[in-house]
Amino acid sequence: MSTQITGRPAARASRERAPRRGFGKWFATTGWRHLIGVALCIYAAFPLLYVLSASLNPNGTLLSSNGFFTTVGFNSYVELFQNEQRPFGAWFVNTLFIGLTTAAASVFLGALAAYSFSRMRFTGRRVGLVSLLIVQIFPQLLAVVAIFILLTSLGDVFPVLGIDSQIALIMVYLGGALGVNTYLMYGFFNTVPVEIDEAAKIDGAGHARIFFTMILRLVAPILAVVGLLSFISSTSDFVIASVILVSPENQTLAVGLYSYVSEEFTSNWSVFAAGAVLAAIPVMALFLFLQKYIVGGLTAGAGK
Amino acid sequence: MTKTAHQGPQSSTEERKPKLSPAARRFANATSTSVGAMLAKIILVAIVDATAIFAVFTALGREAWVIASAIAVITVLINVIYFKRGWLPAKYLLPGTIFLLIFQVFVIGYTGYIAFTNYGSGHNSDKDDAITALLQSNQNRVEGSAGYPVSILDGQDGLAMLIERDGQQMLGDADKPFAPVDPAALGDYSELAFGDLLGRQQEVTSLTVPVSENPADGTLRTSDGRTAYQYTSSLKYDEAADTMTDQKTGVVYQDTGVGAYTAEDGTQLMPGWSINVGFDNFTRAVTDSSIRNALFSVTVWTFAFAFLSVATTFFLGLFLAIVFNDMRMKGRKIYRVISILPYAFPAFLGGLVWAGMLNRDFGFINQVLLGGAQIPWLTDPWLAKFSVLWVNLWLGFPYMFLVCTGALQSIPDELSEAATLDGAKPFQIFRLIKLPLLLVSVAPLLISSFAFNFNNFNVIYMLTEGGPRLQDAGLNVGSTDILISMVYKVAFVGSQRDYGLASAFSIIIFVIVAIISIISFKQTKALEELN
Repeated sequence: MSTQITGRPAARASRERAPRRGFGKWFATTGWRHLIGVALCIYAAFPLLYVLSASLNPNGTLLSSNGFFTTVGFNSYVELFQNEQRPFGAWFVNTLFIGLTTAAASVFLGALAAYSFSRMRFTGRRVGLVSLLIVQIFPQLLAVVAIFILLTSLGDVFPVLGIDSQIALIMVYLGGALGVNTYLMYGFFNTVPVEIDEAAKIDGAGHARIFFTMILRLVAPILAVVGLLSFISSTSDFVIASVILVSPENQTLAVGLYSYVSEEFTSNWSVFAAGAVLAAIPVMALFLFLQKYIVGGLTAGAGK
Repeated sequence: MTKTAHQGPQSSTEERKPKLSPAARRFANATSTSVGAMLAKIILVAIVDATAIFAVFTALGREAWVIASAIAVITVLINVIYFKRGWLPAKYLLPGTIFLLIFQVFVIGYTGYIAFTNYGSGHNSDKDDAITALLQSNQNRVEGSAGYPVSILDGQDGLAMLIERDGQQMLGDADKPFAPVDPAALGDYSELAFGDLLGRQQEVTSLTVPVSENPADGTLRTSDGRTAYQYTSSLKYDEAADTMTDQKTGVVYQDTGVGAYTAEDGTQLMPGWSINVGFDNFTRAVTDSSIRNALFSVTVWTFAFAFLSVATTFFLGLFLAIVFNDMRMKGRKIYRVISILPYAFPAFLGGLVWAGMLNRDFGFINQVLLGGAQIPWLTDPWLAKFSVLWVNLWLGFPYMFLVCTGALQSIPDELSEAATLDGAKPFQIFRLIKLPLLLVSVAPLLISSFAFNFNNFNVIYMLTEGGPRLQDAGLNVGSTDILISMVYKVAFVGSQRDYGLASAFSIIIFVIVAIISIISFKQTKALEELN
């Protein structure tokens, strides 16, 4: 498809362009585009280079971080892991734990629900679909006060599920993402032909076997997309995480790094920058690695 | 997952065990007919039931009736659904539905309830707790009372106090009043020596142990770790009349229905308790001018922010897509990869990094690019609004760039070729043919982008924390605050936390969101496509 599209203008271009026409002509056709491209790259990449340079500036304050790569050292990275009030290592592990658990569990719960909506016909199915659609209109974020109070009273009875519990946070995320996830998956499940199920049924497979061994494999792409989306949204959430996770050793990167900046903004800038670099690298690596798929899937409705 | 088809269901679940949660195994087994699968199901549900029964009794022990009955209902539901034949869809829907109902549906309804209370700082609990807290605070030493010889013990739950009364050893700590203690149990504690007492002096002097279950009996405190004195509250609670009397001043405080004991001159004893205040929060939001103006300006800015964010990111993205959509140009891939880097960078970090760069005194922009200028990027109301949009543009344009590139490339070339043959100029082709087609395919994404930015808490809060603060507002609200960050700040930032008012704001936002959604649903007719 894309080769078809790209092929034609290229052919036309070579038709229009004589072998070499000098700088003026070159600039008029593509040169100015490179100019914009360079400006774009500076705009896009500069803040990232800045934070990298700041992180390599040993013991730098905000002011001394302005020297761009003038001094290079890894002191800030060492200091980052030695600060006991701000346990960066723990934040990192917590974020991974919460993100991965949320992603895995919400993929699983969403797939179960999508399977039944897509493959079974039952009373209340349409009502169920419509209410899912309506429920996901209301962002869970807005109910953060109620979530806080609910978990406070739950924690009075079961401390494991109260404020400052990561399990409670994961449960909250699971509830909030289910509507959207089920919907995304439902659409994809519908593209898998029902004939496959029917053939398996005739061969004697039960619904559980059909679901776990066949359907889940056929819908693997949407499982990956939903997993990635819920991983990203749960690791970058600040509102609910900051309300629920109180003690520093339980917090996530978003909450922890914010406290770094909000409490000692200018003096510890390079340590924060080191933390930012380490926190961003995995996500960015994943992103660039999956670039092709994400770009393809963007038009399917992911938003930022 | 590479099992062969003739294996029994149970052995297959054994294989998958590390990958699947208990719920998964339960499902895999749920309707298979083999005995093994049935057994596995029974065991799993039994585990759920055992946990639930334990939980119910714990809840009953703490007199949490609502929680206990909620757990009981859910457990009964699980048992019925998984042991009843048929009801297959329910077996698949139940696990997700439980989470959805509690943490999405219930909390939204609960928000509605809280909006009608005065829940917040000073009104955190019920009346009994407030009475206990009042009697425990405001305490003075009972005049002329004899000192109790005490020893301070260090245990697992922190410091405890040991006294001897009527020939019996009594132990108590900050949470538990004095109770007779078995000498053998004292082995778990170690007595603080003199040196320890000095080292932990602050802990020791702040230790207050209730004398008995009745808060009116007061507490024991010690200043030296050797002798403790009885302290009682200067307040006296009259249960029959439901009044608090300050025994020093003689002022009588009554429960006048505002959620705190109130004297005749209007002074209140804090803490109070949470009560139902009806539409009070909503009325305040509309009639109190300091709140109303803040709410109004925040609402306007929320719409402006969401709209301008979508508009700026879309137009920059579209412009770039057009510029780089020329096949003659070399190196487009490199440009594209570099330009999507901001999209891959976590948004909350983007806000924090830009907050440093835009800092007025030390930031890179002012110090290096503008040669030491003191431009208040984040502290001037209008410049802060501009900065927020600027940073959101940085975070968001790659998305629109990618989307527009995709949409442009999917427009068939025949259309523009035909238009060229008919004599259309390139700009006409773009405006009259490509742009309308592009808008059709990206319109839903623009709407969802608007919805996303409507609640884009991270970029606002990380960059400016909503500031600079609005001068005339009666709340901690700033000029870049959007609705969601206002809710957050009213409820969780600062010393005055007003959960009731924050929930009322939430409800107002819910209504706004619902209206927008109804309109956009009518436009897209998404509901009719369901089948």
